Amino acid sequence: MIERTYDVVIVGSGAGGGTVAQELAPLVRNGVRILVLEQGPRLADDEFTGREQEMADALYEDGGGFLTADGTMTLAFGRAYGGSTVVYTGTSLVAPERVIRAWDIPGLSHADVARRSSKYAEQNHVHLLAPELINDNNRLFVEGGRRAGFVVEQFPLNLKGCRGSSLCNLGCPNAAKMGTHRVQLPFAQSHGVEVVTRAEALKIGDHSVSVVVRGKQAGEKGAEPEWEPGEYLVRAKVVVVAAGAVGSPSLLLRSGFGARLPALGAGFTCHPAHILVAEHGRPITNDVGHPKSYFIDRAADEGYVLETCMYFPFTTAKNLTGFGPAHSALMRAFPRLQMILVLACDKAVPENRVAVDRDGRPVVRYRFTRGTIAAMVRATRASAKIFFAAGALRVHAPSADPPLIERHDADRVDQLIDARHFLPGKISVSAAHLMGGCGMGRDAASSVTDGHGRVHGVPWLRVADASLFPDSLEINPYLTIMALADRVAAGIRSEARELLGAPVAAA
Amino acid sequence: MAALVLPPLRPQFRALAQTFVPEAAALDEGGWAEAEGTIERFLAARPASVRRQLALLIRLLDLLSLARHGRRLTSLDAARRRRFLESLQDAPVLLFRRGIWGVRTLAFMGYYGRDAAAAAIGYRADARGWEARR
Repeated sequence: MIERTYDVVIVGSGAGGGTVAQELAPLVRNGVRILVLEQGPRLADDEFTGREQEMADALYEDGGGFLTADGTMTLAFGRAYGGSTVVYTGTSLVAPERVIRAWDIPGLSHADVARRSSKYAEQNHVHLLAPELINDNNRLFVEGGRRAGFVVEQFPLNLKGCRGSSLCNLGCPNAAKMGTHRVQLPFAQSHGVEVVTRAEALKIGDHSVSVVVRGKQAGEKGAEPEWEPGEYLVRAKVVVVAAGAVGSPSLLLRSGFGARLPALGAGFTCHPAHILVAEHGRPITNDVGHPKSYFIDRAADEGYVLETCMYFPFTTAKNLTGFGPAHSALMRAFPRLQMILVLACDKAVPENRVAVDRDGRPVVRYRFTRGTIAAMVRATRASAKIFFAAGALRVHAPSADPPLIERHDADRVDQLIDARHFLPGKISVSAAHLMGGCGMGRDAASSVTDGHGRVHGVPWLRVADASLFPDSLEINPYLTIMALADRVAAGIRSEARELLGAPVAAA
Repeated sequence: MAALVLPPLRPQFRALAQTFVPEAAALDEGGWAEAEGTIERFLAARPASVRRQLALLIRLLDLLSLARHGRRLTSLDAARRRRFLESLQDAPVLLFRRGIWGVRTLAFMGYYGRDAAAAAIGYRADARGWEARR
């Protein structure tokens, strides 16, 4: 095993790790050595082809099909230089005040989260798309939503030079999405932070991380790793874990921290989602233009959020219920399809958690609570009303049996869409907003870290990603992850003399 | 290199795939090779236990068909095969529902993962975005 020594090691390069890397980068000029470990590859710009299967394989864990333990939900999370910021749609919202207040984390105020979020919104070029760049799929959502009585809002997006490929979730082929791979990591590297890709953190020891670096396999996308393939022991004065809501708790669990931190792995939430589809009588622009430009926030009142979306042939096919001629007919209607993503604002419950199996691999135990199912049903009914109000001929609703609802039944959607048809294992449920597992809180009995991501009782170990969320955020999470990671970095900077023996550098 | 899952189960898998996607019946050998190649590449990156479970599931479906209808999957007519799989998709036992969902998803991956299928359904996404439509 090869040994390397750094002052700070950051595990993960997504919204959390990338942010910490940027914010600590000024310390490098004081002699502080900083390393970022990323499990996934670093792709060249011309490797973002927009081809569904090859990009999913290259950029997502398990190709985007990571299954929960009982196999009833798939979790999508990125595994690449830039983490999930490479594959999200760039939606940039500030955390709701009521959510941060309900979290009740000592020292964490909404004003602080909002201030830090604004910093990253500016840094990441967040803005509203111009009206001429909005496609029919989004326009129909706005029109139908307003006709059905909803308040429809436009998503602020972190784009620069968007050409409207619609391929955001496969990694932007035009380098237009301002994820950490475009903004924070290049800044950090230009200031002397090192990044090693294809480097998996296996275990955290006392001031150290065991790492395996894997070589590029034949046919794989991405660059060779920056280090020779092999096993490494990386010693560090500070370790920042930012491997995401599945990766961070599982890394800490297989490193033995579960014994002293009973809440480790608990509190997993993920905004379980359905992709709903409706067929119109004429072709609409759906697979061109930014896919996710508008949303309806009913989280506070009804426990759900609706968003526009547009997916690719296989993802669409997978998310429709059933198979056979009816399924094929809907797929053949692709140019006439409108899509809405419904997200339930699930709550942290004891049985939903991240664990590890005998080999140390992550296992996500998740059951849909009655509350979550009820929220998904309400969201599906609302979406069906929006589709019909927008002029759809028929709507595909997973919680209806049969799932296809014709226009002449539009006034019966409340009866046809019902929780008794929500049959886990039959209907497709997916999630991409993975949260919790290393929740912030007051003490080691009920949480994993304090409000600055310090692991209770382990001052050299920090967490800086969505695993910090003690409960569901109820909106798209990346800006809040950056805000919390910014706090973690600020905490390390303020303690730099004690932790690193280094003078504090201006950020 | 992981052992391929589908070759020993090719007739059964193709019978299942044609039930999930009726258009798959029109695939030529090249089309099947492309579809099955996509699935095998996906499976090769999964743990060996997943590949074993898939093979076991396909064999189990074949035997269930024999037990319930007196015919193997490949001998059932398309309508009866569809009804048989639909009954399992709605089964009270989660394991059956999950199993059907899994095989169905792999069939969709193979079929709709092909450029020809994407074009056939009218999917036209292009890296050039709006410019490609003008």
